[in-house]
Amino acid sequence: MTTVSWVGLMVSLLLVAVAAGVSWWQRLGLQRQILIAAARALAQLLLVGVALTLVISPGRSIWWSWLWVAAMLGYASTVARRRAPEVPHLLGLALASFAAAAVVTLGVLFGLHVFPLTGRTLVPIAGMMVGNSMTATIVAGRRLTDELRDKRDEVEARLALGQPSRQAATPYVRAALRAALTPQIETTKATGLVFLPGAMTGLILAGAAPLQAVLVQAVVMFLVLAATATTTVVIALGLIRRLFTPDHRLAHLPTPADRLDPHAVRLLPPAYHPGRHCPARDGPGQQDPVPP
Amino acid sequence: MSELDAMAFAFERVTVFRAGRRVLDEITASIPAAGITVVSGPSGAGKTTLLRLCNRLEVPDAGTVSYRGQHLEELDPLVLRRRVGMVFQRPTAFPGSVADNLAVAHPDASTEELRTALQQVALDPALLDQEARTLSGGELQRMCLARTLVTRPETLLLDEPTSALDAQPKQVFEITTRELAARGITIIWVTHDDAQAARVADRTYQLRDGHLTGAPTEEVRP
Repeated sequence: MTTVSWVGLMVSLLLVAVAAGVSWWQRLGLQRQILIAAARALAQLLLVGVALTLVISPGRSIWWSWLWVAAMLGYASTVARRRAPEVPHLLGLALASFAAAAVVTLGVLFGLHVFPLTGRTLVPIAGMMVGNSMTATIVAGRRLTDELRDKRDEVEARLALGQPSRQAATPYVRAALRAALTPQIETTKATGLVFLPGAMTGLILAGAAPLQAVLVQAVVMFLVLAATATTTVVIALGLIRRLFTPDHRLAHLPTPADRLDPHAVRLLPPAYHPGRHCPARDGPGQQDPVPP
Repeated sequence: MSELDAMAFAFERVTVFRAGRRVLDEITASIPAAGITVVSGPSGAGKTTLLRLCNRLEVPDAGTVSYRGQHLEELDPLVLRRRVGMVFQRPTAFPGSVADNLAVAHPDASTEELRTALQQVALDPALLDQEARTLSGGELQRMCLARTLVTRPETLLLDEPTSALDAQPKQVFEITTRELAARGITIIWVTHDDAQAARVADRTYQLRDGHLTGAPTEEVRP
C-alpha cells in the first residue's frame, strides 16, 4: 500500500506555496485566503482522520459508524440550508432527502452485498453519497423556488383552470429536476475520458489493482447518480407540499429584495380545508408558512 | 323574478389584510348572477383581491364568501375553479400550441370542442396549431378566455383583461364577452376604466378604500 509520510506532507505544502506565489505575482490579494484555506483543510482532514480511526477501527461497534452517518446527514442539511437560505423549509427537506437517499443507496449496496457492511465501507460510502448529491439538492430546491416565484402567473393560471397543485407544479418540478440532474449525468458520461475520479485515483494511489479500482469507482458513480436523483426528487416533491396549501393555493414566495427587508412580512390568509383540519394555518392573521 | 333572486356571490363581513394593510374592510355585498357586473375603482383598491376570493386563489382573513348559496369552504376548490373561471390581467401562454394550451384546461377535449372554444371568442380555429407565444396581445388574451371556456364555466372572473390591449382588440374582447353574458354566463369584470365600465356593464359597483359601494347586500338565495 502506498503511504505518505509526514515529511511528504510537508513537501506537498510547496504546492500551496505555488498557488500563493501566483496570487502574489499577479497581485490577486488571495495569498492569505489560500494559506488559510490550506491550513483549514489540513486541520479538518486531520481531525476527521483521527475521528475516523476511532470510529472504524477493528472491533469497534458498527453503531458508531451509523452515528457518524447520522451526524453527517444532519450537518449536510445545515450546510444546504445555509447555502440556499431563499429555499423555504430546506433544513427539514434536505434532511429528509439525504435520509431517503441513504435508505435507497445504502440499502442496495449493503442489502444486496455489493460491499460488506463495516465501518470502513459505510462511512466513506455515505460520505460520498451526501457530498456528491449536496449541490444537486441545492440546485433543485433553488430552481424550483425561483420557477414558482417567477412564473407565479403561469402557476395560478393553471390552478384557476382547476388543476390540482401537484399537477400545476409539474412543469416547474421537471425543469428543476433536469437542471439539478443534468450536470451529474454529464459528469458520469465524461468519467474516465475527461478525468479520473477521486475514489479510483485514491485506490490506485493506495496500491489497488486498476481494474478493482475501476469497479469500485463504477459502483460509486452509480451510487451518486441514484443519490442525486433521490435527493432532488424528495426535495422537489417536499417543496411542492410546503409551497402550496392543502386547498391548492400557492403561498407567497419572498423575492430576494423581500428577504433583505425585515419589514416585508407577508400574511397568508387561513386555508379552507373541506373535511380537513389544519391547525397550523387556521385562524386569521397567520403568518405566511414560508419564512422570510 | 327580480335580479336579486339569483345571486352569484355573497360576501359577508369579508376582510383581507396584506402587509398589515386592510385591503378589503368588512365587505358585505352580493353580486347578481345575471349579466355583466363591473367592479371599478382605482389601482390598489382591492379589486383583484376581491376577484381572487371568488375562486379561492385567496381566502379572506375574516368573513365568508358564498357562491350560489354555498360557502366556498364547503366546496371542492378544484370543482369551484372549473365552475368559476378566471381570466387574468396579464395573458399567460403555456408552452406549446394553442391546442396544447386549451388542452391544459380539458385534456380529453376533441378538436371540434377546441375549435368551438376559439370560435366563441372570435378567433380563427386555424390558429389551433400555431405556437401560442406567437399570438398578438389581443389574440393571446382571447385564447386565455377560450382556454377558460373549455372548462364550461358558469361564471367568468375578468381581471382587467383588456388593460394592455389597443382599441380594436379591446372592442373585440368586449363584444365577445357581451355575447357570453347573453348566453347565460355570469360575468364579473374588474376594471379601472370608467368608459369601459359604461360600455359593458349591466351594473357597476365601486370599490374604494376597501369598501364596496352600490352593491346589494341581500343574502344569496340558492
